[in-house]
Amino acid sequence: MTSRDLILGRIRAALGDTGTVAEQPLPRRYLSAHAPADDPAALLDLLHRNLTDYRALVHRCTEAELPSRIAELLAARGSRTVAVPAGLPDGWLTAAVGVEPLPDDGSLTAARLDAVDSVVTGCALAVAETGTIVLDGGPGQGRRLLSLVPDHHLCVVRAPEQVVASVPLALPRLDPARPQTWISGPSATSDIELDRVVGVHGPRTLEVLLVTV
Amino acid sequence: MSDTFLGMPAFPQAAARAVRDRQLRANLRHATHTIRDKRARAVAELPDWAELRSAGKAIKDHTLRHLDRYLVQLEEAVTAAGGTVHWAADAEEANRIVAGLVHATGTTEVVKVKSMATQEIGLNEALAAEGVTAYETDLAELIVQLGEDRPSHILVPAIHRNRAEIREIFADRMASWGRPAPEGLTDSPAELAEAARLHLREKFLRAEVAVSGANFMVAETGTLVVVESEGNGRMCLTLPRTLISVVGIEKVVPTWRDLEVFLQLLPRSSTAERMNPYTSLWAGTTRGDGPSEFHLVLLDNGRTAALADQVGRQALRCIRCSACLNVCPVYERAGGHAYGSVYPGPIGAVLTPQLRGTASPVDASLPYASSLCGACYEVCPVAIDIPEVLVHLRERVAEQGGHPVERAAVAAAGYVLDHPAALAAAERLAGRTRALHPRRLPGPGRAWTDSRDLPEVPAEPFRDWWRRNRT
Repeated sequence: MTSRDLILGRIRAALGDTGTVAEQPLPRRYLSAHAPADDPAALLDLLHRNLTDYRALVHRCTEAELPSRIAELLAARGSRTVAVPAGLPDGWLTAAVGVEPLPDDGSLTAARLDAVDSVVTGCALAVAETGTIVLDGGPGQGRRLLSLVPDHHLCVVRAPEQVVASVPLALPRLDPARPQTWISGPSATSDIELDRVVGVHGPRTLEVLLVTV
Repeated sequence: MSDTFLGMPAFPQAAARAVRDRQLRANLRHATHTIRDKRARAVAELPDWAELRSAGKAIKDHTLRHLDRYLVQLEEAVTAAGGTVHWAADAEEANRIVAGLVHATGTTEVVKVKSMATQEIGLNEALAAEGVTAYETDLAELIVQLGEDRPSHILVPAIHRNRAEIREIFADRMASWGRPAPEGLTDSPAELAEAARLHLREKFLRAEVAVSGANFMVAETGTLVVVESEGNGRMCLTLPRTLISVVGIEKVVPTWRDLEVFLQLLPRSSTAERMNPYTSLWAGTTRGDGPSEFHLVLLDNGRTAALADQVGRQALRCIRCSACLNVCPVYERAGGHAYGSVYPGPIGAVLTPQLRGTASPVDASLPYASSLCGACYEVCPVAIDIPEVLVHLRERVAEQGGHPVERAAVAAAGYVLDHPAALAAAERLAGRTRALHPRRLPGPGRAWTDSRDLPEVPAEPFRDWWRRNRT
């Protein structure tokens, strides 16, 4: 007998008593959102507050200002090199003079990225209630290691279309087959006396640009 | 881990030693009180917490009831997504599977994401015996590994260590495992975290194989979920060529939608956050992104035995948040090591005796490592009635024999209580000899009076007093 058959057999034997008991439907009486899902301005403010609360640096700008804001933020950190995921909109880095772009064609290694100053990505969506941005490897987001190895991650969120209120409203918009990274603030640890320390292995600085029309 | 949990003293002896360790008690008190207050605030933010909790309970119960079906569905989905599924009936088989997969890659090193399941099966020791070094990459697990120590908490395994002790461990031990600690390292948590970042980065960049657990597995989509804070999980799940995840069979949930419940319950209950910094989700392998080889090892190791127990099976709902540890008055004083298992605290006291059985002294003593105050049940995000299971397991321990003197005493009491004349005589005798009664019991009863005074016997039995005054 294989272990598969053994385990499945043990499960069926263990559940022998449950066959005759009628099953209740799953109670899903919880809320689909705790924030007003139909108020885009309030949601954006909430996302802003919650991202800030977990030590992300949050900025706002309009679509037209985006290239110059990206250039300013990279310059403010003194970034000389920036990893560029496939599908990042062409215009985003046009104003970043003096920053060497490293477009990812699948060949950027972790060792190479370890020496890169910043990465600029878009996102799949953002969750206001929890202060979370979600990357799913779609256009402008790149392979997972791009937003992981460099020490500075600059992420662009388009409002209102990419902002959802809650986790229950986020999941139906995401594809379970795609590799996803949910990011809520920069990496952190509470392992020493349960004191929260920001910045361990992931990017120690997370900047989020909230872009409105 | 340098030593194993087997052969541990029973809980009362281990706890008595821990309670005398003032440093340990101070560290534990500080840490558990900090987190429990934060957790209460994070939970209070959600007006529908009670509804989320009952949904979490119901989803887990439903899954357990159809566990065979959901595991087969999960296997199909993971396989279709490019992964390979292995089934391990016990720890020995799981370790053998993982060691074989590591050998097949030709490497002798693996990086590890914090995982309760791999601690439970003693994977690091098993790999070491096969010539493979496993590097723990969670900060607390690193502290435990470098300190040749054992974990004492589910969420923060080095909770028993304060910052000064951690500084000493890093300064003394990092060099023999890889990059040494920076010169002049202080005990500021930020500096200690930085030292860990530098020490581990070289390991992440060269690792070819990673071993992880998972918080959830979605049957319908084959998606695995790892919830973490530091980014070491992302490093392990993303950079190596081969990923091996060892996951208990009870971690499956039926649908993608079900994550909406658990991704709200777990972070708030565990680290008291609206959401933990990083959550990774993946199904099988993705071309050009992350590991090109993915193995899922489904682990039984006693879980089906727990499933067979109609009262005890609810412990399999556990999502390892550790809220029950942080509110437990016994855990706060005795610490995690006293439980003699990788699962300490109230959940450990109900889970470990079910996974390992109650034959050894430590496992038989665990159901008694509780005052039954019920705080653990209150905070449990999936409503495991831990006191109910504890009492149930005490019955089981008692049925397997209990204590011979206890059995004799209960048999004698049964006879006396069945015979009113004998009872009246015994009561009078006890009243008249009370000046001679010791404050502590002799012989095997002594332990019971170590922490209690023997009740005083009244001068005359109540029934005699009643007859004299009221008839």
